[in-house]
Amino acid sequence: MTTNGTVAEAGPAPRARLSPRKRKKISLAIQYAVFAVVIAVVVLIADWKSIQHVFLNVDEAKKAFPGIITVGLKNTIIYTVSGYVLGFFLGLVVALMRLSDVMPYRAVALIYIEIFRGLPAIVVFMILGFGVPIAFEGFEMPHDPYGTVALALGLVSAAYLAETFRAGIQAVPRGQAEAARSLGMSQGRATFSIIIPQAIRIVIPPLTNELILLFKDSSLVFVIGFTLSGYELFKFGESLSTQTGNSTPMILAGFFYLCLTVPLGYVVRKLEAKQKRGRV
Amino acid sequence: MTHAVQLVGLHKSFGDLEVLKGIDFTVEPGQVVCVIGPSGSGKSTLLRCVNLLEQPTAGQVFVGGAELTHIDVDIDAARRKLGMVFQQFNLFGHLSALDNVTIAQRRVLKRGKRAAAEVAMRNLEKVGVADKAKQYPAQLSGGQQQRVAIARALSMDPAVMLFDEPTSALDPELVGDVLSVMRQLADEGMTMLVVTHEMQFAREVADVVLFMDEGVVVEQGAPARVIGNPQHERTKMFLHRVLNPTHADEAAAPS
Ligand SMILES: Nc1ncnc2c1ncn2[C@@H]1O[C@H](COP(=O)(O)OP(=O)(O)OP(=O)(O)O)[C@@H](O)[C@H]1O
Ligand SMILES: [Mg+2]
Repeated sequence: MTTNGTVAEAGPAPRARLSPRKRKKISLAIQYAVFAVVIAVVVLIADWKSIQHVFLNVDEAKKAFPGIITVGLKNTIIYTVSGYVLGFFLGLVVALMRLSDVMPYRAVALIYIEIFRGLPAIVVFMILGFGVPIAFEGFEMPHDPYGTVALALGLVSAAYLAETFRAGIQAVPRGQAEAARSLGMSQGRATFSIIIPQAIRIVIPPLTNELILLFKDSSLVFVIGFTLSGYELFKFGESLSTQTGNSTPMILAGFFYLCLTVPLGYVVRKLEAKQKRGRV
Repeated sequence: MTHAVQLVGLHKSFGDLEVLKGIDFTVEPGQVVCVIGPSGSGKSTLLRCVNLLEQPTAGQVFVGGAELTHIDVDIDAARRKLGMVFQQFNLFGHLSALDNVTIAQRRVLKRGKRAAAEVAMRNLEKVGVADKAKQYPAQLSGGQQQRVAIARALSMDPAVMLFDEPTSALDPELVGDVLSVMRQLADEGMTMLVVTHEMQFAREVADVVLFMDEGVVVEQGAPARVIGNPQHERTKMFLHRVLNPTHADEAAAPS
């Protein structure tokens, strides 16, 4: 909204009534004033008593502890990290298949990526949670619910991670592979010792971003269905909130998500800035 | 005597574009052969065909008497006899200078960690960058990177070294360092096949100079003859342009 004056720098230009500098000052003052007014209005007309009672209720908050940490936060971290580790390696394999010379590998990788990137995560979780036990009767995932959740989150994140890895691998200059081959390394050796380590370094910021997204997606695994001890942050907060009709546990759950995601976002920005500097 | 390198009827096409149109020549052990020629004449392609980074369309490549173009050849094993130095250095960016030089020794030759490091340090010292062993490529100047790349190739104990315009990407003041390393290698009897625009180097170091244009070897022989007294019109024109870059327009229009 800043109005940059366009008065010519030289010559007897028609003088504006206000200098550009003054105009900019006035414009800024107006913007601050509007901001202050909006805040004031919100503060004045909001029902602070009710808001505090429903969203920031200390008594309700107390009931959420320590479970929200020892169960909710703990499970969110276990689910997400295990899903991410699985997705990381599966994604790397899918990326290599996507870039393979063997046509069927490329086709399988492409279909995999399109399906799991295209489906809402919650659909995948539903199918895994309900469909698989029925389809493969008697088959039990090890360490349930952790096994099923890790598999569900891993399958979904692998599709995104595969595309990230592919971009990274393709960003490694061709000369790197040629230098490796000219030293007598086989194609596979060059890929694992030279290409992939550099590709991963290139894509560390988007990889971290995908970890953030997976922390949020892990809130959907409740549809797989499990008992209280398996609740993650969202389900934990949600069940307390519905029991009591008070939203404070949900606010707490949200707070803990931010405790995980905001520092990671900060790390991503730092890494990106570092990479930018490195390239100059 | 077996030739260090022998090319027989080498052809290479990219789609419809025929880049090499039948190349025959030999490099004898201990010889330094410099390849000169205009941009796009196929010099890099020729060099890349020698270690099969490009698959020749037709013809044969022999290194130390063994045919690299034979369909049953173990190309990874065969390439170990050939060291290659690239115009863009192509050091591995994620590894320190030392690790750049040891990784293929360890992974390919299966040398132990200490043995590989010893060989690496000896070669880094030889090219004058031993003090940079712990540095990463991004921390090195172009001239230092290229010398590390030479040490990396030497550490595989190649029988022949291939150089593709090793100084073309360097700032002028850094060219001398790399050329003097190459000169030293030549003096020690290393067999070298060098694509270069450095006429002074070719004149002084090469045993044979080979002028290429449009995918064929136009003329070859001792540097005094090919550079000092060229027989073919195309060679004369090229040399005139290279040796008098500011008077390029005086030569006839390039074909
Ligand atoms: N991978 C490729 N695909 C298609 N065409 C190629 C490929 N590599 C080289 N060429 C073409 O082959 C011709 C010869 O290229 P080459 O790099 O061998 O020339 P050069 O003599 O090394 O030139 P310069 O002095 O510029 O390095 C050029 O016309 C180039 O465009
Ligand atoms: Mg070239």
